Amino acid sequence: MNEQGIGASVRRKEDQRFLIGKGNYTDDINVAGQTHAVFVRSPHAHAEIKGIDTSAAMAASGVVAVLTGEDLAADGIGPLICGVTVTSDDGEPHRAPAHPALAQGKVNYVGDHVAVVIAESKSEARDAAELVDVDYSVLPAVTGTRSAADPGQQQIHEVAPGNVCFNWPFGDKDGVEAAFAAAHKVSKLDLVNNRMVTNPMEPRAALGEYNTGTDEITLHVTTQNPHVHRLVLSAFNQLAPEHKLRVVGPDVGGGFGAKIFVYAEELVVGWACRKVNRPVKWNADRTEAFLADAHGRDHVSTAEMAMDGNGKFLAMRVHTKANLGAYLSTFGTMVPSYLYAFLLAGQYATPLIYSEVKAVFTNTAPVDASRGAGRPEATYLVERLVDICASDMGLDPAEIRRRNFIPVDAFPYQTPVVQCYDSGDYPAALDKAMELADYDGFESRAAEARARGKLRGIGFSSYVEACGIAPSAAVGQLGAGVGLWESAQVRFNPTGNVQVFTGTHSHGQGHETTFAQLVNDQLGVPIENIEVIHGDTAKTQFGMGTYGSRSLAVGGVAISRACDKLVAKGKKIAAHALEAAEGDIEFADGSFSVAGTDKAMSIGEVAFNAYVPHSYPEGVEPGFDENAFFDPTNFSFPAGTHICEIEVDPETGVVEIVKYSAVDDFGRLINPMIVEGQVHGGIAHGVGQALLEGCSYDSEGQLITASYMDYAMPRADNLPSFDVDYAPTNPPDNPLGVKGCGEAGAIGAPPAVINAISNALGVKHIDMPATPENVWRAAQQATAASA
Amino acid sequence: MVTVNITVNGKPVSGEVESRTLLVQFLRDNLRLTGTHVGCDTSQCGACVVHVDGKSIKSCTLLAVQADGAEVTTIEGVANGSELHPMQQAFMDNHGLQCGFCTPGMVMTALDIVNRNGNNLDEATVRKELEGNICRCTGYHNIVKSVQAGAKNMGGS
Ligand code: FES
Ligand code: FES
Repeated sequence: MNEQGIGASVRRKEDQRFLIGKGNYTDDINVAGQTHAVFVRSPHAHAEIKGIDTSAAMAASGVVAVLTGEDLAADGIGPLICGVTVTSDDGEPHRAPAHPALAQGKVNYVGDHVAVVIAESKSEARDAAELVDVDYSVLPAVTGTRSAADPGQQQIHEVAPGNVCFNWPFGDKDGVEAAFAAAHKVSKLDLVNNRMVTNPMEPRAALGEYNTGTDEITLHVTTQNPHVHRLVLSAFNQLAPEHKLRVVGPDVGGGFGAKIFVYAEELVVGWACRKVNRPVKWNADRTEAFLADAHGRDHVSTAEMAMDGNGKFLAMRVHTKANLGAYLSTFGTMVPSYLYAFLLAGQYATPLIYSEVKAVFTNTAPVDASRGAGRPEATYLVERLVDICASDMGLDPAEIRRRNFIPVDAFPYQTPVVQCYDSGDYPAALDKAMELADYDGFESRAAEARARGKLRGIGFSSYVEACGIAPSAAVGQLGAGVGLWESAQVRFNPTGNVQVFTGTHSHGQGHETTFAQLVNDQLGVPIENIEVIHGDTAKTQFGMGTYGSRSLAVGGVAISRACDKLVAKGKKIAAHALEAAEGDIEFADGSFSVAGTDKAMSIGEVAFNAYVPHSYPEGVEPGFDENAFFDPTNFSFPAGTHICEIEVDPETGVVEIVKYSAVDDFGRLINPMIVEGQVHGGIAHGVGQALLEGCSYDSEGQLITASYMDYAMPRADNLPSFDVDYAPTNPPDNPLGVKGCGEAGAIGAPPAVINAISNALGVKHIDMPATPENVWRAAQQATAASA
Repeated sequence: MVTVNITVNGKPVSGEVESRTLLVQFLRDNLRLTGTHVGCDTSQCGACVVHVDGKSIKSCTLLAVQADGAEVTTIEGVANGSELHPMQQAFMDNHGLQCGFCTPGMVMTALDIVNRNGNNLDEATVRKELEGNICRCTGYHNIVKSVQAGAKNMGGS
């Protein structure tokens, strides 16, 4: 193995700047003459706006402007959009209420944007924001996912009768019903997938600058996908034409989905900087992040499995209510539909699956993708249900999984829910995880714990996810407004160093290192001489950004294709220089050589020749700079088994994770150190959902978990060290043989944890988050029931 | 406005601040030392940790005027030019950072942990000591390893 190439745990190139405090996050950027924006937000979940008096705020010290929805409308700035259409059961597209960036007549959740105050300093803007006098006429609020569409509920949007965004039945309903009627046994479970706030550690921020000379807006923003921002802001919001809008996502302090979307604040900052003709800067505080970042999850479901006498799955039926919040966020509709129902097969050969998803509006923050997006919801439901099936059939949870796994020789495997899984060896991952977890020794550990008055439990989660998003034709058929290819440009400079431009965005994933390794592997250039450039629409050609664990599986392939083109061109140039036939030129380890001779030249020399083409092959263009677009032919399907072992203190309800074992199939690993870090972070995110994190609104729509005092983030002492291993397969559809690893932990972990707690307590189910109070209550009930 | 005089990373600086200005705002806005981050508004996340007179402190909990006359060290004052401090090096070697946003606070806290607990740190101690610093990216596994390794290297072994 090349020590900097594929498979090497190279130290990260990006670390130096972060470690010495020289990261360049949006709020770190300051420009001459900048003003500061503070948003006036609705304190009510649901209200009509009778009037807004901005006069006192306008008169306050340092205030440059106070702008409202009226100003926005007058300038023709369009509403925020949702980019994916889901067809409802009446044949109509999902209901899409208008989503103005500043309220126009009505507010629909606490934190909704009413006005923006722009002032010389942030404290002046904040002081003046308090002086904006908004006359609200308060309406009853709708907050419950379960009840939002019940008859008699307050209506939120006129265009969405009954607060329903869509009703989406999917699958063979009659076939499933027949299978249930003939089943030996039906297992059933009601469960909630708790609402989460994604909480990247860097709050969202934006800095807009307008250049009167070029009529160009530059927007620095906390984004995972600068080109998508530019496209949406141009095409749908009329902020500026694409060629007059530059969007820069500089260093971004974590995204996890929350920074995919085009938010009101970003649009307003971009618009306001031209309006006031001064740079405008905005930075969310954490409370604003809780109130107005898109939230994640929030499903209420019933799941049923029909089985034969051997515990073989015959059919599955799922009913889900999904809360989309007050408005549709950029990809809000896609999460509880295509990203959810298409994963309901899990790792199992269940032949028939039917699901119905009712997506509802409520007076809460918009809900959209959050690490995993739809796939954690599907996995949690399937893996919890499978454990119920095991206990109903008297089978070991490992055994029921094994009996129902898609067989290794069945890949590529067409599921009954659209997806065709590329590759997998599910028993291999299960076996390895059981070994890593010392499953055989569990009973004796449990007995030892019992002697100490503790309840020990062990839980499995055999997950599969779809990532490497996505084949454009497939998502187009489904109603997406974009193609999900990726692009790359690999440019040699005349002096032989390399700049790699990618349309993906790195905000913790380490692309600057991984992609350099990829190029090193193919072109033989040391990674010190390779710079990966991302995040600036003025620098990189185009791109769809980073989410859905797509960067390597899609963006990496584009880079690799551009490298292939360089090698092909280099052979022509080398053939001419070495006076050989092109067909005799071989390329390896950064050197072009004439087969069977010692005549050779380095790729750096070839690059120099290409820029100084004094003696050059006829018909070949000068320059050594190639680009490539890659549109995948399939998603990729990482999978694995996670096993969580916990100990419950029945006196306090505190759950301690004593051992967490993860065995994943991510295909080929480029940088194992980075991959392992992604797994750790994902697991912590999933454990957070399972044990700690619960976002809740009261009946009036006040967010009662709007700070780190009330919303429990996982901390170092809530978690163990993790045991991570791999059981890779080779995905035939991906040219690099890679899958994707960023979301796996967050998808795999929640059911493993909850299965372990249910196992420890001997209860059928406990909802997330399994806080000490919830666990203690469940333990009490279990004791009472068994007494 | 009030004048404050603070020694930051060994250099005396002075500035005009409002009395409500937080130390972190003074560092970021007046001195443009943007390595110290703000991740919350309730003093929970630790992204803003600096050292004041040798002790770690969340710079969002202190007014700039309270630091008048103090010696403050920020993340920018830890490395020797581009040569990393052993604790910073340990974070790099153990992949103790991903997005980097929590990292300055983590490193400053880690140095304080070593100051108070010595160079031989067990996992439980490190996890307990890190309870005031939130990281969303790493799951802490590699941060814990980094702190342990950095502590050891600082002891010269
Ligand atoms: S910013 Fe100081 S603790 Fe969060
Ligand atoms: S590295 Fe991103 S928050 Fe810690």
